[in-house]
Amino acid sequence: MSLAPHSPAVVPLVDHLFRREAGRLVAILTRHFGVEHLQLAEDVVQDALVKAMETWPFTGVPRNPSAWLLQTAKNRALDQTRRDALWRGKQPELSLLVEDCLHSALTVSPPQFEDEIRDSQLRMIFVCCHPGLPAAAQVALTLKTLCGFGEREIAAAFLTSEAAMTKRLMRARQFLREQAIAVELPVAADLVPRVDRVLQAIYLLFSEGYKASQGDKLLRADLCAEAIRLAELLTMHPLGDRPESHALLALMHLNAARLPARVDDGGSLLLLAEQDRALWNQAQIKQGMRCLEASGSGAEMSRYHLEAGIAACHCLAPSFAATEWAQIVMLYDRLLGKDGSPIVALNRAVAVAQLAGPRAGLAALNGIKGRGALKNYYLYHAVAGQLELEAGDPVRATDCFRQALTRATLPAERALLEKRLAQCRG
Amino acid sequence: MTNQNQKSQFLLLFRHSQEGPDPTPAEMEQIMGRWMAWMKGLGAKGHFAGANRLQETGKVLRGPGGKSVTDGPFAEAKEIIGGYVMVTAANYAQAVELARGCPGLDMGTIVEVREVELLPEM
Repeated sequence: MSLAPHSPAVVPLVDHLFRREAGRLVAILTRHFGVEHLQLAEDVVQDALVKAMETWPFTGVPRNPSAWLLQTAKNRALDQTRRDALWRGKQPELSLLVEDCLHSALTVSPPQFEDEIRDSQLRMIFVCCHPGLPAAAQVALTLKTLCGFGEREIAAAFLTSEAAMTKRLMRARQFLREQAIAVELPVAADLVPRVDRVLQAIYLLFSEGYKASQGDKLLRADLCAEAIRLAELLTMHPLGDRPESHALLALMHLNAARLPARVDDGGSLLLLAEQDRALWNQAQIKQGMRCLEASGSGAEMSRYHLEAGIAACHCLAPSFAATEWAQIVMLYDRLLGKDGSPIVALNRAVAVAQLAGPRAGLAALNGIKGRGALKNYYLYHAVAGQLELEAGDPVRATDCFRQALTRATLPAERALLEKRLAQCRG
Repeated sequence: MTNQNQKSQFLLLFRHSQEGPDPTPAEMEQIMGRWMAWMKGLGAKGHFAGANRLQETGKVLRGPGGKSVTDGPFAEAKEIIGGYVMVTAANYAQAVELARGCPGLDMGTIVEVREVELLPEM
């Protein structure tokens, strides 16, 4: 037997290497091919990953996996466009374009290459969050092209079907193609609204992951991590280095830091008062506080500043009882001034109850403008029930928790409500 | 010609179909990790004797002198051989047991186990 009996070297892979590389490569290739060939970029990157999956177990992981994947994707793009040009007479100019840019991009040395990738990804963020796209499509496209998520995973995160998600992505790509959106950074005149759009999409992405919801816990944590990564990418560039970008980053860190304490071992949701604060990620809280500090350079207080401020109050409180509720209510008041949504008002009522007692909380709840919109929201009834219980009225509390139960769909939420109902009886 | 004291070599051939939905990048990474762990395990237990991945392109020769050369391996076949691993094992039973650990089996890969024929010493 002529084969040397050695197993392929097993190089430990960076966590989520494939996902990360998919996002990097699609960005860099789309920048070269143009957004009208986004699908081509996605396809050849997928092919390169498949090839890696099938080859690396036999050969070992190459010393520079990124370079290997990029080269494989490029070769694949070249093959595909040449074949199309030759056999079907399709887009011979694309074949030349691909050939051309591939050769030029081949010569970049590693530090420049990292710069180019960062720059390409930033451009792609602005493409994906184009104002012409609906918010849900912006987030889906971002996850697909920048974060390397599959349709299946995005669909699972948004509780929709894979087919619906595929269609949504197709429409988004079609829009970009038809509008001939360039893969470039926005110009100065357009900058603030475009950055705002990106921040909104990142905020939505984070909220989706942060939601105490059903489904894959790891997938949700990944969504939060991706939102933070994209915001970091944005703040690292002079263009996105704005106070509200840092504020958004701060609010995400300060909320994500408390995620590990949010459910008990059985997977049931825990209220803030019940959480073990020792489980909070102190390093991430520090990181969040640094971001909050960095966000203080501007004159304007964005909603991200206020929400980050609220999260900071929770993070810095040594215990639930010792929380600065007055400060939190003040921040909610200001937030309500910017965003008069009933959801914000509901959260404010919870803080008011902590500051001034359950009856004050109930009064705040009853005073919510547009309260009707909350009647179908389980949390509204759950909060009312909790406050009634604390105010010493278990009968009304029971009624509220029952109302909440008819509207709560997720197992963790329902378990929490059942627990509260038992307290009313007991 | 295997006996209990003598280790034989076995060829594990992997045939896989190219149909089915594409895995997502995260799934691919997981699949790859399982393959690597399996091969590493074979090495750690002293069974690993080599492995190669085969390219999907190939040539097929037929006829006297290889007169007919076609692109292959076999374009008409649904499954193609994607690679092989050589293992050392005491007998078929053990080789099959080793092959059973192949993660590809869960994803439609067919594993063929063949003992390498050695010239008996005389």
